[in-house]
Formats: sequence, structure tokens, C-alpha cells
Amino acid sequence: MRAISNFLISRWGPIVTGIVVGILAPVLVALGNPGNMGICVACFNRDIAGALGFHRAAVVQYIRPEIIGFVLGALVAALLFREFKPRGGSSPLIRFLLGIFAMIGALVFLGCPWRAYLRLSGGDWNAIPGIVGLFAGIGLGIIFLKRGFSLGRSRPTAQPAGWVMPVFVVVLLVLLLAAPLFGRDAEGNPVGPIFFSQTGPGSQYAPLWIALAAGLLIGFLAQRSRFCTVGALRDIVLLRDMHLFNGVLALLVAAFLTNLVLGQFKPGFEGQPVAHVNWLWNFGGMVLAGLAFTLAGGCPGRQVFLSGEGDADAAIFVFGMIAGAGIAHTFSLASSPTGPGAYGPAAVIIGLVVLSIIGLAMRETRSA
Amino acid sequence: MSEPKTIDARGLSCPEPAMLTRQAIMELKSGTLVVLTDSFTSRNNIERTGKLAGWKAEIIQDADETYHITLTK
Repeated sequence: MRAISNFLISRWGPIVTGIVVGILAPVLVALGNPGNMGICVACFNRDIAGALGFHRAAVVQYIRPEIIGFVLGALVAALLFREFKPRGGSSPLIRFLLGIFAMIGALVFLGCPWRAYLRLSGGDWNAIPGIVGLFAGIGLGIIFLKRGFSLGRSRPTAQPAGWVMPVFVVVLLVLLLAAPLFGRDAEGNPVGPIFFSQTGPGSQYAPLWIALAAGLLIGFLAQRSRFCTVGALRDIVLLRDMHLFNGVLALLVAAFLTNLVLGQFKPGFEGQPVAHVNWLWNFGGMVLAGLAFTLAGGCPGRQVFLSGEGDADAAIFVFGMIAGAGIAHTFSLASSPTGPGAYGPAAVIIGLVVLSIIGLAMRETRSA
Repeated sequence: MSEPKTIDARGLSCPEPAMLTRQAIMELKSGTLVVLTDSFTSRNNIERTGKLAGWKAEIIQDADETYHITLTK
């Protein structure tokens, strides 16, 4: 066991994690997940928000077992290797806000960084302006980091703070299995409190136990290897370190090959699944998301894995993303396959202003 | 000999510990740098950042689980 852990901590860790994600994600699509959405941390949290009734976009409501698996897989790895450490207190409210804007940006593009790379590997060229935007957002974040941006130190906390997210996802699993319907609409038909899409992406999903198992495996591997799709580029620029970027490259290659084998590689701009062709806001959405993830210290996947190892600050970010999904869909910010939502572009600009203020103003006396 | 420069990176989140380490070794160019962290992830990142720049790393963990990473070049 120790040998496996050492291997995953070595330079091979992110590469192996990237290969596993790159194979499993297209397989999950073949088994029922929406197109080029084998895994999307933003979309899946958005679906969870919908299932809980935090937004009422009827086509994107489902409790995604992959996210449950991510948290619990990371929890198991952290417990096994004595890395489960409840901690928190590093600007939680700012992290919540970053989670909201990260989600808004991701939903203007229609995907998180993971899905941006998965869309590219499936031939969706609309991902290219998104990835360029992601790089630009990370670049902006690096400028703020170099100017001294910091969310401050976290501190060890008592045990319960570290267990909130693991318990939350276990509750989600129970709600998914029980699918309670004790709400009633005006005509007396049973509705909610848990909502499941009858059509659209939310109605497309791989078998529950397979999705959960895939999530558990990825959560375990990623906790050990610190796989991060935002840290990947950030560390090249800031530290001249390819460690994490190798994982992203491995993901791209593995997903491309798996899509080819499964007949899911369909190159083009038009008619791509759960995507729109507006290059400007594919770009703009990801600038906002990339900046938010960089200021928060990692991609949405990494935040989910950290929340499984006791990091209450990362958990707050994830809850911010779920809240952001509610906002994005109720305020017509989220894009649809027909294009950006009515107020999506305005929200991106507001988000960039707010995050720039945070980037400039949040500083910590962090020298010794 | 004066005390080596020390960075207290305890509680800081990614990428700050490694970033502060890199800034310090770029400034120092050679000598000794001590970095403190309470996270195993940061411990590895700091060690890797040092080694990428050609510094040697020695790591000890004290009783309150703080890693003392001594980088020398």
C-alpha cells in the first residue's frame, strides 16, 4: 500500500490519474452520461443543485454519484495515509464568493476545466476559446499572486469541520437512492424535494454504481497525486514545474484515444453536445472561472478532493459553486446550446471586476 | 554565521508555500533556507521546487507535525 502511495506521489502520480480520468470519462459517456461530459465537476455540482431544488432548470437535475465518489475516495485515501486533517479559517466567505463566480463563469462556457479538456479530446473545437480563456484567467490570477494576493492561513480545527462534506455527500447518496417525493404541486402531484430531469443532460447518466465506483477510484488517485487542472498551468508559469501539467497532457491523450476507440470523436464546431458556438463568451466565461479557481488555489476537482480530506475552506468553495449554480440558472446567466444566457455576459464582467478587487485587496502578511 | 533565512508557510494554501520558496531561492542564489509547513502536500512541493533549482533538501518532522525543510546550495 505504501509503495502505491509513493508511486502516486512521484512524478507518475498525476500522469496515472490523468490516464485513468481520460479513459473513464469517455466510458461514462458511452454508458449514459451526456456527450463530452463523462466528468464535469461544475456541471455535476450544478445538476446536484438542481436535484436539490436550488434552481428549477428542469433539464439539469440529478444527484451525480461521481461527485459523491470524489469526496469519499479522497476521504478514504486521506484516512489510510493519515492525511485527514480538519482545517479551515482561511477567508471562508471570500472562498464562498469565489465558488459562486467560478460556477457562473463555468456555466457561461458550459464546463469546468476538466470538461474543457474532455470536450477538446472529443473534437469539440468550441473548447479551444474556452481553454485559451482558462489560461488567461490563470494568468490574471498569477499576476495577483505575484503582487501578494493571499487568502491567509488556515488553522487546524476540531474534527466536525472536516466531516461536514463527507457527511453531506453520504446524505446525497441516501437522497439519490430514496428519491423522496413528499412535496406536492398545485394539482396535488408529487414533486420534490429531490428533482430528477426527465429530459436533457440531467436525464442522461451512467449506471449509479459504476459512476460511484469511477468517482471513488478517481477521488483516491487524485488525493494521493494532487491532480489539479488549474495548478497544472499555474505551476509551469510560477514554479517552472511540469509535475501537474503532465497529468493534464495524459488526460488529453488518453481521452482522445478512448473517444476514437468508442467512436465518440466528432470534430467540429456545430452540433456539439451541451455546447454553444459563441467563441467570445466561451472565452470570457473561462477567464472568469480560471481566475476564480486560481485565487482559490485549485481547480474544482481539487477543491472537491481537498474537501474530502478535511479542508473546510475547500468545502466552502464547493458549497459556493452549488450556490452559484442556483444563481446562474435562476438569473438567466447560464448558457444553453443556443448561446449565452441573457445576462451571462454582464455577469462575467461583474465577476471579473469583483474578483479583481479581491485579487488586489486580499493580502496577508505572509512573511515569517 | 548568521541564522539561515526562514519562511513560515504553515497554514498557507497552494501555491503560496512553493512560490515563497522559489522567490527566496532566486533571491539568495546560494546558501541555506529553512521552510516550515504543516502540510505533506506543501512539504513535497517545496522539496520539488528546491530540487528543480538545484538545491538539496533535508526534511525533519517535529513533534507538532511541522516539517522543517532545509534547502542548501
